[in-house]
Amino acid sequence: MAQHGPIIHKGVNWLIIWLYIVLVFIGLISIFSVEYRSTMDLWPSITGLQTNYSKQLLYFGICIVMGIFILITDSKFFSATAYLFYVVGILLLLATFAVGKSVGGSRSWIPLGFMNLQPAETCKIFVSLALAKFLGQTETDFRKSKAQWIAIAIALTPAVFSILQNETGLALVYFAFFIPLYREGLPATYLVVGISLAVLVVAALLIQPNTLLIILSVLAVFSVYFLWSKIKRNKTVLFLIVGVWVLAIGLQRIAVPYLFEQIMAPYQVERIMSMFGKDYVPQDSTRVEAFIREKEKQGKTKDGEKQENYNVKQSKIAIGSGGFAGKGFLKGTVTQGDFVPEQHTDFIFTAIAESFGFWGSALVALLYLALLLTILNVAERQRSVFSRVFAYSVASVIFFHVVVNMLMTMGLAPVIGIPLPLLSYGGSSLLTFSIMIAILVRLDAERQMVLR
Amino acid sequence: MSDYNAFRSRIIQISFAAAFLIIIIQLFNLQVLSGKYSRMADDQAIYRKVVYPSRGIVYDRDGKVILDNTTLFDLVVIPSQLKGVDTNFICRVLGIDTIEFRKRVVNAIVKNGRYQPSIFQGLLDEVLYARLQERIYGIQPGFDLVERPVRKYPYEVAAHIFGYLGEVDPQFLQNHEGEGYRMGDYTGMTGIERSYEKELMGQRGIQYWLRDKMNRPTQRYEAGAFDTAMVAGSTLYSTLDIELQMLGEQLMQGKIGSLVAIDPQTGGILAMVNAPTYNPTLLTGSQRRQQFSRMYVDPTKPLYNRAITGEYSPGSTFKTLQAVIGMQEGVITDSSGYPCPGRYNGCGNGKPGCHGSGHAPDLKSAIAVSCNAYFAHVFRKIVDQPRYGGVDSGLAVWAKHMGDFGLGHRLGIDIPGEKPGLIPTSQRYIKTFGPKWNSCNIVSISIGQGEVNSTIMQLSNAIAMLANKGWYYTPHVIDSIAGGDKFGLLTKYRKKIQAAEIPDHMFESVHEGMDAVVQGPSGTGRRLKIEGIVMCGKTGTVENSYRGKKQRDHSFFAAFAPRQNPKIAIACIVENAGFGGVVAGPIVSLIIEKYLHDTISKPRIEWIERYSSMKIIPPRIEAEIFVQDSLRRLKEMERIQKSMQKDKQQVTTVVMPQHKQKPAMEQQPALPFAPTNGNPFKPRSTASFLHKDDLYALPNKQRSIFKV
Repeated sequence: MAQHGPIIHKGVNWLIIWLYIVLVFIGLISIFSVEYRSTMDLWPSITGLQTNYSKQLLYFGICIVMGIFILITDSKFFSATAYLFYVVGILLLLATFAVGKSVGGSRSWIPLGFMNLQPAETCKIFVSLALAKFLGQTETDFRKSKAQWIAIAIALTPAVFSILQNETGLALVYFAFFIPLYREGLPATYLVVGISLAVLVVAALLIQPNTLLIILSVLAVFSVYFLWSKIKRNKTVLFLIVGVWVLAIGLQRIAVPYLFEQIMAPYQVERIMSMFGKDYVPQDSTRVEAFIREKEKQGKTKDGEKQENYNVKQSKIAIGSGGFAGKGFLKGTVTQGDFVPEQHTDFIFTAIAESFGFWGSALVALLYLALLLTILNVAERQRSVFSRVFAYSVASVIFFHVVVNMLMTMGLAPVIGIPLPLLSYGGSSLLTFSIMIAILVRLDAERQMVLR
Repeated sequence: MSDYNAFRSRIIQISFAAAFLIIIIQLFNLQVLSGKYSRMADDQAIYRKVVYPSRGIVYDRDGKVILDNTTLFDLVVIPSQLKGVDTNFICRVLGIDTIEFRKRVVNAIVKNGRYQPSIFQGLLDEVLYARLQERIYGIQPGFDLVERPVRKYPYEVAAHIFGYLGEVDPQFLQNHEGEGYRMGDYTGMTGIERSYEKELMGQRGIQYWLRDKMNRPTQRYEAGAFDTAMVAGSTLYSTLDIELQMLGEQLMQGKIGSLVAIDPQTGGILAMVNAPTYNPTLLTGSQRRQQFSRMYVDPTKPLYNRAITGEYSPGSTFKTLQAVIGMQEGVITDSSGYPCPGRYNGCGNGKPGCHGSGHAPDLKSAIAVSCNAYFAHVFRKIVDQPRYGGVDSGLAVWAKHMGDFGLGHRLGIDIPGEKPGLIPTSQRYIKTFGPKWNSCNIVSISIGQGEVNSTIMQLSNAIAMLANKGWYYTPHVIDSIAGGDKFGLLTKYRKKIQAAEIPDHMFESVHEGMDAVVQGPSGTGRRLKIEGIVMCGKTGTVENSYRGKKQRDHSFFAAFAPRQNPKIAIACIVENAGFGGVVAGPIVSLIIEKYLHDTISKPRIEWIERYSSMKIIPPRIEAEIFVQDSLRRLKEMERIQKSMQKDKQQVTTVVMPQHKQKPAMEQQPALPFAPTNGNPFKPRSTASFLHKDDLYALPNKQRSIFKV
């Protein structure tokens, strides 16, 4: 057997595997600490599969089996089937519209009996593979904008479906694929323009229109001032600045209000606004009625967006009250009192921070950073573009999840409801990241080979 | 494979590291720099349950519990959790409107903050407690009922001895920092509750509970590691004889005055009666404040501890001390005589006058007939002694002797608020009469009139000293403390006070005279003789005036018994009751009999009824009561009318409970001068504003009073 197939341990990066196992165990312990009360029997609750931590343990078992399968699979398999899997992933996403199960207000789940699968989650693997495949092909010239646009389309197609499924948070994750694209030569302009646009749209929503107008104008004047020597030599720079200024004003004054007030449904706008902790009432009176009707249909009260604020407040209390040394395992009063909603999933970090304090939570953050830097390191030593792009994709997705999730729990990012990789409770999420890491380790084990 | 973008990997690595730096900075900011989150976490997750200690209980000398505890409930509010609470129900049950409700909540926030429980309404009675408990789930978590031990008085007497408890104020908290008091706590304000506060208060216990987001207490925080156990207050053993106290209060009812009985051998106070007094239970319930303010303005002053704060001229009882000092100074002997013609002619103006007449052949008969001239003579001889070289220093010597008897200064008893009384010095007379004053100017103090003042406590202590032949223990209520006297509160009551060695025979002759007062054929208190007891007594009849107008004499009596090996010393005043042997004497006689024989002999049993039903309220106080009652009715009527108008105008805005209005309207026709039987603590003798028909509505006992 060993002569035919690859040997599992040969060339395997054990550092990544150990970091993975440590993080999953931290996750298991944290889920346990969220759920366990001193009145419960310990062992029946672990073996009985009634509790989240016992279920997560089962998912971990499934992940290990999957991981071993992947590690004995020939890496050519992944490049060969990349497009196929991508199509399957898109089809699964589309299938949710037909057979989707509604969990927490979004129809993005496919019931599989023993667990619910969230295609938007698993699609990250397929997008990574497809991107790697596309960029790794010799016929792809990524310096051409056509190739660039195709790559962006591959990355963002699942995001579009996710938005339609009301999973804005998961959709945003797909923007993380701009990092591997950037690494492969996507002009920085795309990123600068993209980020500026995003900042401008958010600012248009959050800042008083006239204040924003003044800010934009001041920025324009400053640019003119600092680029004066260039402007003297080349008048087009001035025109560019003025043009950008006019565009920004137009976006702020016309495009954003039009988009939010006319095109998007009020409840969608409300969802976005609530991420930033803002109340939303449609300005158009005719839409107010529809808005209220929609809310009644959803059975939501006016407290909906207050709930978001409550989450963040409790999350910050839990983290902040941990202090430097933490309150000790199973001794967190906020955790034990069930004060943080969704603490076993999106807010799992609060349980760690409360129990183990600054050193514990900083250690977890550093473990993630270690994992990410290891992956980036691994990525750079690949001979094949396929493996490198895939590694970058894995790193970027994990990076986006970790950073946004942690900043969200600490009140620095909007609550977009994405899990903390490997730590949060949830089969789909754990499986997705496990498979991604397993494929990465498998590809790295055969890094001398050139995959196309 | 050309890789012309390799430098970008560096940029990506740096951005990753930068993002994590932001995370760690924010973590540091939240967890290490900002302290507020752990406070917020504790506020919402840790419930501080206060376990109030029961205050120390007090026993009387026979081992009966005379001061005990019972449990009432406080309604507490946690302002941050009022959302969703049935506030309308609370308003209805407590009979308050929404404005008052809001006011109390704001007060609570100001006092203890939004997250800590504060008292919304304290000390609920049983009816309110039952109504709230029934629907407790409708008002939680914003409201809760918290146990609060309160005082119970099994005999409902001795209000002035025990004193009352009051809520601590910010000033008190400042002065007693670090002694474990908190806003909303109760502390002894008067009486032994105050002087033994340290022993009685015990130690508050605190339990920390974890609670979940629904505010249900789930488990003990850290398994009770931070809890402090409740320690009950120490038990006190008093010298009081509660049956004597009850008899005293019964006999003194309907009068103004006081009575103090002391065990001369220990200085232990057996009974201290004030009249009028009040039922101490009135100051424990939720009506505490109202009761207090009503008593506060009552013209008969039931809150006033007369026994230790009422400074009276001691009258003829003073003569006994005068006699001892006279002998001590060598100006008389027990066989000295002096004419007693009904007036004192030594100063040429025939003053002071006298009830008796004839001749006092010796000291004994001078005391027995209470000869004014005799003691005026003795006093002048004392202060005019040539060896002191003048009346100024003579008076000073006399004052010192009086001081030895415990007069003119605070005794230091264990009930706070004592007044010093007054033994005048020459400075005072120089001010009044000029530097050339003489003993004739002040001769009235020889018989305990004029400037001399003493409290009944001082007087009864002086009698105890007479009985002991020259020494006393500072009077006190508490004899011992269970678990030892940790704070040294009792040390000074163990010290025998004996200023000078006075030969026994000097006391013997005074005893002889006091014996003759009761047992002698012509003694002023011969009516007070008790079968089987040799009682030494002295009557007193004290002239007094109010705002320059002469009032009826105060009736005084002081005594000790038995003559040999005395067991009780006692002094009593009944204001404006006339001659000392008439009212104060019989009361003292009954008390002594009760204490020494533990029962009242048959022929004298009807005395109890006679003297306890005797009402002696001076007309000026009756007039004040009348004015006050009228004013109160008038105000009440105005208030009811106003509230009725208000209700009519704004039925919808003010939540006034329906059942509250009705009785108020029923009351109205009876106004303005209806008899108030509803006032339980005030003797209602004032027939002046009663209709004739109302008399028949009163119980027999009370009706008889009005005939007097």
